[in-house]
Amino acid sequence: MPKLTVDGIEVEVPQGATVLQACEAAGKEIPRFCFHERLAIAGNCRMCLVEVKPGPPKPQASCALPASDNQEVRTDSLMVKKAREGVMEFLLINHPLDCPICDQGGECDLQDQAMAYGRGFSRFDENKRAVTDKYMGPIIKTSMNRCIQCTRCVRFSEQVAGVEEIGAIGRGENMQITTYLEKTLTSELSGNVADLCPVGALLQKPYSFEARPWELKKTPSIDVHDAVGSNVRLDSRGRQVMRVLPRINEDVNEEWLSDKSRHAIDGMVRRRLDRVFVRKSGKLQPASWEEAFAEIAKHADGTMAAIAGDLVDCETMYAAKTLLKSFGSELLEGRQTGMDYDCSSLAAVNFNTTIAGIEDADAILLVGTNVRLEAPLVNTRIRKAVRRGAKVFAIGPEADLTYKVEWLGNDLGLLGKLPQAAADAFGAAERPAVIVGGGALKAGALGAALALVGPLNLVRDDWNGFNVLHMAASRMGGLMLGYAQKGGIADILAASPKLTFFLGADEVDFSKFDNSFKVYVGHHGDKGAHHADVILPAASYVEKSGTFVNLEGRVQVAQQAVFAPGEAREDWKIFRALSEVLGKPLSFDTLAELRAAMIGEVPALGLDGAIAPFEWTLPKLPAKASGPVGYPISDFYLTNAICRASPTMQRCSAEIVHGQEFAEAAE
Amino acid sequence: MADAIQIPDEAETRARWGAFAWTAENAAAAQDIIGRYPPGRQQSAVMPLLDLAQRQVGAETNTQGWLPIPVIEFVARELDMPFIRAYEVATFYTMYNLAPVGRYHVQVCGTTPCQLRGSDDVMRACHDRGLKKGATTADGLFTLSEVECLGVCANAPMVQINDDNYEDLDYDRTLAVIDALAKGETPEPGSTIGRRASVPEGGPTTLTEMVDENHDYRGEWAA
Repeated sequence: MPKLTVDGIEVEVPQGATVLQACEAAGKEIPRFCFHERLAIAGNCRMCLVEVKPGPPKPQASCALPASDNQEVRTDSLMVKKAREGVMEFLLINHPLDCPICDQGGECDLQDQAMAYGRGFSRFDENKRAVTDKYMGPIIKTSMNRCIQCTRCVRFSEQVAGVEEIGAIGRGENMQITTYLEKTLTSELSGNVADLCPVGALLQKPYSFEARPWELKKTPSIDVHDAVGSNVRLDSRGRQVMRVLPRINEDVNEEWLSDKSRHAIDGMVRRRLDRVFVRKSGKLQPASWEEAFAEIAKHADGTMAAIAGDLVDCETMYAAKTLLKSFGSELLEGRQTGMDYDCSSLAAVNFNTTIAGIEDADAILLVGTNVRLEAPLVNTRIRKAVRRGAKVFAIGPEADLTYKVEWLGNDLGLLGKLPQAAADAFGAAERPAVIVGGGALKAGALGAALALVGPLNLVRDDWNGFNVLHMAASRMGGLMLGYAQKGGIADILAASPKLTFFLGADEVDFSKFDNSFKVYVGHHGDKGAHHADVILPAASYVEKSGTFVNLEGRVQVAQQAVFAPGEAREDWKIFRALSEVLGKPLSFDTLAELRAAMIGEVPALGLDGAIAPFEWTLPKLPAKASGPVGYPISDFYLTNAICRASPTMQRCSAEIVHGQEFAEAAE
Repeated sequence: MADAIQIPDEAETRARWGAFAWTAENAAAAQDIIGRYPPGRQQSAVMPLLDLAQRQVGAETNTQGWLPIPVIEFVARELDMPFIRAYEVATFYTMYNLAPVGRYHVQVCGTTPCQLRGSDDVMRACHDRGLKKGATTADGLFTLSEVECLGVCANAPMVQINDDNYEDLDYDRTLAVIDALAKGETPEPGSTIGRRASVPEGGPTTLTEMVDENHDYRGEWAA
């Protein structure tokens, strides 16, 4: 633990910390461009110069200098001030002064630091360097004149995303950042390089020239496009969410966000259900709420059922559940594709190691899961574990997960007899983990995977290595609220409900519900709405405050950013109003009352930000599994109704998944 | 101006060079080069392998050789490294040619010492024989480029042609070198005025007694 002084303030920092981190510990701001906490140190921007004694009598780059005992660091001396001014003047030699037309303007590190540490004028009379813009795909827009070559994007793609496609070519004056031969970046995390870019060289293409940072209202929210529950910030203007940015949460998404979570947002203003529809003589016709409710009332009885989609919040599910209960029905199901794994113990279908915890695993077995597509931000954690020396084995079809995986074969029977190499690795492991994906759950391998808990010694003191990786934001919340029948949707069908509510459920096999009156409560005109008899327009996740439980059981509350379009209403209000018409009014009149009632029934849903405590009990399940598994996600960019409505996601799908080439329009 | 790197049409080069593989001889050489680095660190061999590949391309096309995209990718695959990393190396160093060059790659040094000693004359001689900077002559013989210091300042001005240096040039001697190459001869590399390495012109001016034998100067030093 080195002890040193920074501007006379004594600080003690952990072994291996840099002088820059020591300065921060002392409360001193150090300007920087290339240094980033989550990336390797490059030391090439020179903005973080400080004066260090003992050492050479010249300023030193604090980001690349280890802190050591008895150092005297000055960040406020004349030497440091002049050094920063000098570096800034050099950086600005080739940086265009186009801030007024630059999308980064107002949230630009270079702009801010030039104001704070620059000289205020330039002595450079020559022409600036001009660099041709590079094509990087549908997510990233480039304006390479502005690049200051900090190489954060290069390090991110190499170290975090694991797709080595960005590099710096040429040298000296001619050095340029580019993707390999200007091809599309094939990472599902590519949007993060625009966040990392300290200047306006890499920008979000779909957001370009849309808004200015200071005119946006910022609302903390939770992402629903996968089950990770990434913390996001919704930047909205008027009635539209203009962009989605990650919020830092070390336990969940660190500071990254997948491209789907970030850019499906333009689907929020397309294909929206903004009025009530009722099917009359085979055709969906616009109608009034009263008409629709009257139509529903005709079919309401004790056999009504509710099927929850992947994007709904706990409040919606609770409101529907309460309505059904008042009619004496418990036909609730959330696993819309028909899965029927055992849910008697929630701990057995939870990501028990936790997202942050999987980083520490030293042997990992993936069972029927393509983590890269099913939960990109869990994949980056596994990648971190691999960089720390973890061994990863996998059962399933081979896929590129961005790290080294030993593929054992595509046969679930292997769970019963692990190959020697894997068995040895797990035998020697101190923190072993098994991750069971949706593909394996579908193939009925939960029991066989649970049978590994004992032999592989997955559960130890303060370590639980058994994980199930869900893909739907509503899944864990739904299971906590009882949205699971023993036999899945088949059980619902067996009860032949006269009336079925589809809560944003689009992936259901609707042909089996021909004999049921189908009410779609959702926000996008997708498959579910096409099959509905009545469409009740509801709010999407940005238009309501909702509780979501992520795949590790973490309960998080999203705030409302904007209002739903047209006649659309928040889902719980729809059920409250409907209950009045059906003659069994629900007991809550406000969201707060609903939440109180919900937490009264499932107390864990009140733990905002914390992981719900599931008791670790093992259900008795047949431990037999065999045959191949398939991955449920074939097209990462088009997994739900919001994505399918998003032009950006459609373009990503066409270009990255299907390899279609697009001619770039000249700007 | 930092233009996008100019590389020949990708589809064309892929069609021509997509099937690139080592010759038997070069395969052995490549194995030997990779063997110089510890296992798992084979990527360190990227520079010698790119050079070997460029030479093989040169041998196949009877030119000085260049690195088509598929060849760079081939080397990257050999070393199990991402394409972009090998591409970065190939674009960084000027001795890797990213576009085809002629039989003789004439690299005229134009840095200060050579310029003071008359590199402009050398350049003019090249121009007078029809060589143009950055281009290959119509007969495919010569490609001319101006390069920065090649470290032969004592024998300035100089050109590097393929693997050989021609030093102590002036206008006429440059013409002589080019003409000889055009005729298919190989002029003696090194100084064109016959001095050995970089010894002083006209013989040594200091320590002259040392030329014939090991001379002890100590007695001659003023006390």
